[in-house]
Amino acid sequence: MSSIPEDLHYTKEHEWISGIDDGLTLTVGITAYAAEALGDVVYVQVPEVGATVASGDAVGEVESTKSVSDIFAPVNGEIVEVNQAVVDDPSLVNSDSYGEGWLFRVRLEGTADDLLSPEEYTALTSGES
Amino acid sequence: MSRPTPLRGVHESLGATLTDFAGWLMPLRYGSESAEHNAVRQAAGLFDLSHMGEIFVTGPQAAEALDYALVGHLSALEPGRARYTMIVDVEGGVLDDLIVYRLAPAEFMVVANASNYPRVAAELTGRAKGFDAAVEDRSERYGLIAVQGPRSAEILGSLTDADLEGLRYYAGLPAVVAGHEALVARTGYTGEDGFELFVAAEDAEPLWTALTEAGAPHGLIPAGLSARDTLRLEAGMPLYGNELSADLTPFDAGLGRVVRFDKPGDFVGRAALEPLKDVPSPRRLVGLVATGRRVPRRGYPVVVAGDGAVVGEVTSGAPSQSLGRPIAMAYVDNGLSSGLAVDIRGSHEPVEVVALPFYRRKK
Repeated sequence: MSSIPEDLHYTKEHEWISGIDDGLTLTVGITAYAAEALGDVVYVQVPEVGATVASGDAVGEVESTKSVSDIFAPVNGEIVEVNQAVVDDPSLVNSDSYGEGWLFRVRLEGTADDLLSPEEYTALTSGES
Repeated sequence: MSRPTPLRGVHESLGATLTDFAGWLMPLRYGSESAEHNAVRQAAGLFDLSHMGEIFVTGPQAAEALDYALVGHLSALEPGRARYTMIVDVEGGVLDDLIVYRLAPAEFMVVANASNYPRVAAELTGRAKGFDAAVEDRSERYGLIAVQGPRSAEILGSLTDADLEGLRYYAGLPAVVAGHEALVARTGYTGEDGFELFVAAEDAEPLWTALTEAGAPHGLIPAGLSARDTLRLEAGMPLYGNELSADLTPFDAGLGRVVRFDKPGDFVGRAALEPLKDVPSPRRLVGLVATGRRVPRRGYPVVVAGDGAVVGEVTSGAPSQSLGRPIAMAYVDNGLSSGLAVDIRGSHEPVEVVALPFYRRKK
């Protein structure tokens, strides 16, 4: 089982969020735990730059050999950047979930609520495995 | 709880992702399912298929009993050969697709799908009444390991003195492999050359280990059900529960050739199937290749591009390693071979209708 980085925040939908402590632009990806459960990712659909999203909205999807999952916006805000590299090479989600496999950046509006700490996410995933 | 196969310990030590399949705890994948798929296409893969059922039909009238019980002409099968066939109900609905091996003149082994074999064993027992033949479900006693891929013959050949070169496709022979007695059959479900080895359950693990060691230098790796499914889909092979069901006849599935009306005597389903043989089914099974990257999956509607009228349904779909695009099998209304799309979670993604199989190995 891959370890869970301690400098990120998480959601119950197995996304990671970085940049919470630094400012307004957050980077979002899916966790290694989720990538491992999906299997080889073959297709990633990311939201459009400029789209306004609300926390909990389905904004994209991640598709593997066996299944497809929605990507949810973890916060309210505006999509300011998407990772074209992961669209071109979806296997980055598997090979570098917390790095090159990031999905999109969102400019936070309001506050980021209901995110999980690394400890809480560790508890969530150990309960599922 | 799912039932483990005799190879459960091996799968766990390999770190496999395990899944329930038809009530069995089976390896879904060991690492990357794409790498497993590609290993089978380019070198070799090792599969645990111990969840399949082995039902023996023996006795002086075993052949006649199977001629009556199944749609195929099994009395015409030569000892040492195997045949793909089906068991249907009185209405002609497919109860299972089977491979039947004639091991000796009066001994047949019927290999049935994991989800169906208790039913198949019960049906065969009922249908064999009145024949001098015995039906015995020996599934519990057997492990089944498949070696599939272009390097299979080299790998298996290094572990046995059996004449593999003389073993034709859809033939089987008793052999000793790495010191273990096995029935070695040249069959598979991947579209590649390969072998299936039926062994005593207690021999499955040592045989797996021997094959792993002999195969490693040839690029053999263990492969799970995920790769098995994408391999058989590329090869255009039906899966019971997806392309085949009791609601469909062999003709509906485009497999009417397995129904042998020319064999002697009556058989279960003959009366229902005979009138259907020259009548086109309302839908036919087709191959679809997606233009985009989103994957048509089982149950998704096939629609007319533009007006969105539903004209079919996807039965299996997956990203294809060999084609580099998503592929699917679907039942589609007769006469439609272009201008189609699949409704993928609300958006209509264009697909091309193609002849099956999607992939054919180079001979």
